[in-house]
Amino acid sequence: MRDRKSSYRPMHAAGRSGAWGDRVARVLITGSAMLAIVSLILIFIFIGKEALPIFTSAEIQEEANIRNLFLPQSAGGGAAAEYTWQPVSELPKYSILPLLVGTLKVTIIASLIAIPLAVLAALYTAEFAPTWARETVKPAIELLAGIPSVVVGFFCLMVLADWLQGAFGWTFRLNAMTAGIGLSLAVIPIVYTVCEDAFSSVPQAYRDGSVAMGASSWQTASRVVLPAAMPGVLAACVLGFGRAIGETMIVLMASGNAAILSWLPTDSIRTFSATIAAELGEVVVGSPHYHVLFFIGAFLFVITFAINLFGHWWVGRLQKKLQGAS
Amino acid sequence: MADKPNPREAETPAPCEIGTEQLRVRAGKEEILKGITLSARRGEIVSIIGPAGAGKTTFLRCLNRMAELDLDLAVSGRVLLDGRPVGDLNVAALRRQVGMVFSVPTPLPMTVYENLVFGIRLVARGRNGFDEHVENSLRAAYLWDEMKDRLNEPARNLSGGQQQRLCLARSLALEPRVLLLDEPCSGLDPISTAKIEEALQELKERLAVILVTNNVKQAARASDRTAFFLFGELVELGPTHRLFTTPTHPRTADYITGRFG
Amino acid sequence: MADRTRLVGGAFQSLCILACVLIILMLAVILGDIVVHGLGTVTFSFLTKAPETGMTGGGIFPAIFGTFALVVLMTIAVIPLGVATAIYMHEYAPKRSRVVQMVRLAIQNLAGVPAIVFGLFGLGFFIEFIGRGMDRVFYGGELVYGQPAIVWAALTMALLTMPTVVVATEEALRAIPQSYREVAYSLGATRWQMIRCVVLPQAIGGILTGGILAVSRGSGEVAPVMFTGAAYFLPELPARLNSQFMELGYHVYVMTTQSPDVEATKPILYATVLVLLALTFLLNFSAIMIRAQIRKRLRHGR
Repeated sequence: MRDRKSSYRPMHAAGRSGAWGDRVARVLITGSAMLAIVSLILIFIFIGKEALPIFTSAEIQEEANIRNLFLPQSAGGGAAAEYTWQPVSELPKYSILPLLVGTLKVTIIASLIAIPLAVLAALYTAEFAPTWARETVKPAIELLAGIPSVVVGFFCLMVLADWLQGAFGWTFRLNAMTAGIGLSLAVIPIVYTVCEDAFSSVPQAYRDGSVAMGASSWQTASRVVLPAAMPGVLAACVLGFGRAIGETMIVLMASGNAAILSWLPTDSIRTFSATIAAELGEVVVGSPHYHVLFFIGAFLFVITFAINLFGHWWVGRLQKKLQGAS
Repeated sequence: MADKPNPREAETPAPCEIGTEQLRVRAGKEEILKGITLSARRGEIVSIIGPAGAGKTTFLRCLNRMAELDLDLAVSGRVLLDGRPVGDLNVAALRRQVGMVFSVPTPLPMTVYENLVFGIRLVARGRNGFDEHVENSLRAAYLWDEMKDRLNEPARNLSGGQQQRLCLARSLALEPRVLLLDEPCSGLDPISTAKIEEALQELKERLAVILVTNNVKQAARASDRTAFFLFGELVELGPTHRLFTTPTHPRTADYITGRFG
Repeated sequence: MADRTRLVGGAFQSLCILACVLIILMLAVILGDIVVHGLGTVTFSFLTKAPETGMTGGGIFPAIFGTFALVVLMTIAVIPLGVATAIYMHEYAPKRSRVVQMVRLAIQNLAGVPAIVFGLFGLGFFIEFIGRGMDRVFYGGELVYGQPAIVWAALTMALLTMPTVVVATEEALRAIPQSYREVAYSLGATRWQMIRCVVLPQAIGGILTGGILAVSRGSGEVAPVMFTGAAYFLPELPARLNSQFMELGYHVYVMTTQSPDVEATKPILYATVLVLLALTFLLNFSAIMIRAQIRKRLRHGR
């Protein structure tokens, strides 16, 4: 056992110090980390690039330009000008206003359902819940987050739509309400998670102080914890909204996909994301329609980017404030 | 129990001296070390005493350039190993020559054997054949008898005192020329402390030892020279016997008699 | 007065509980409906046979295989990238440095980019730019890689799931005591040796969690692969990097929305959804278990 000669020489070991491997690893690791930034920039460039002809190419602009994307468009022959999304017709119409209204409608419905549920559930698990309840709700939310959106969309389309139509007698089987309820399932986990983080980062001393002055747990929760964590809750709402705006499969399957300009929640709708998903497969690469779809994608990207930037900045500020206070 | 002298040590009778000249360390506006000149050579144990926040640990971490890991620290002045600035050496090579034992026992989450050969495997060819190193370093740390049948146990299973001696043996396995100990016995029982101190007395024959300690009595017992640090300054340095019997500085006297606030 | 306070408090608490119950109820209804309708059709032959008679018979083996191939390719790309990014942020870059803030921001925003935008990017960048470029340079303009293919779909999906891996790995890195790193350095390890010998073995659980979560996400997501490689029906399994493939989620989408006879495909549809759901839940569940173990160690380890 001891007869094998050791190859370690303390004085000469410097020669094989692993400096070379260290240098290679540093370059590779730093490069990989930069890839996150690079890919974000690439996304911006490559989606922006395909959207750009709407502003620059005269040929494309004949069919699709900023004016007819946002302003009413006459079908020709003296017909009244209106907002219509009809990219595949003899005279293509690219008004994105119906899509914008549809997207906002379903996003607002989903937010109105998801935000109260998620905030209250987060408050409950962070402040009142006994351990067993916490250990039930948290994994349930994680499982909810793990359901693929195509499954939620499937459920809304096959089951929920029939239930809702049967109960309320809506004209359209698939409409903004159905999609909004489905969409809320995708929003709940993110709102819950961010809120829960915000509530549990409120220093325990705040609660102790409140309870010491004779406040009940509900008073502590509503007058101390909730106000202290309010920026986090708002950030959660913003991030949830951002998630809802871009979600594709649920709205694609459950919203009816009719680009109708109306604020009625029981009308069918067509959202930005669903439009891309439904039409990009059949579109001719390089046609005005193709570029309009990328324009919509760029629009979605910029909106969600801004929302996320703002939301995370807000969360970070709250955490700094609470850490400074504790 | 005595460790047999390493044959290669005789081939290279390096003078081995580590020390600083006007070492200054600042963290932002705060000055942690204010111009320390202190050195230790083979054959002696230099202990550093002083209240918390005196800069003892920072001083030690400058010697093997561990202070560089904290980017808030700005180090100026010179640190010399055998007259060469340590900045000229490859960091990894420097740290193999200047071993360090931390105040908390820090076995890595591996077996006892893997802990001991960790440093060797980083540079040596092959993964085996280090049994002699393992045995020698365990003997030097007074741990061989306890460990020889437990080499393949997780190091976590050892007692606190054994863990700390394992850390000592782990540093010794690299055959360093300087050993830095940062309050190595702060959490240990008297028996483990005694064993470590005994080991150090034998080790100083072949390497320079710098021992930072909170325990004034340990400095008096175990060291040849003692340095008293206060607020980043080297207040007094002298032979341990002299410093503890007739301190020249009133602050030193206050501290070693326990009158320090 | 005190009575009113208690009444309001009780009402508020009940409201909170109601919210939790509602969420769990929604989850239970979806799961229940799919399990009840789907369980009867999931048989061994359903899992191992190809679709027959216009999707109203046979099985879903090609879709399972395609999904599997997709996530394997995705994992090969996403694990090294995600782990390296986390290591850079936690082990290399100085804390609080501007670069780390920017990388973190990029990761957070990448996580928030809608899946459909990734799909657009995959089409615009991987297929039209990289793929076409490769065709022009290596194949003389012949259409080889400049078309929807499993490799492009996998790379698109890797980009989408990268934040998941980064976040999970970073959490694991944070759980490793700083003293381990110092010990490794003090024994003469270079930074990379320290990472390879101490940090990575300790972080393996977190990396695993991140990988599993990424696989779960990747096997359920449809929007990014719609234009980058998924196909409705293929007679052959994907054999090359530039083959198209069938995917479970896409299969569900197409069967739900474009089937000529919805009632006839319903049993198979439900069974397919159940398989997809079971797959993602199994993955999520194991990730949650591993993460719980890590968190336990984090609490007791220090």
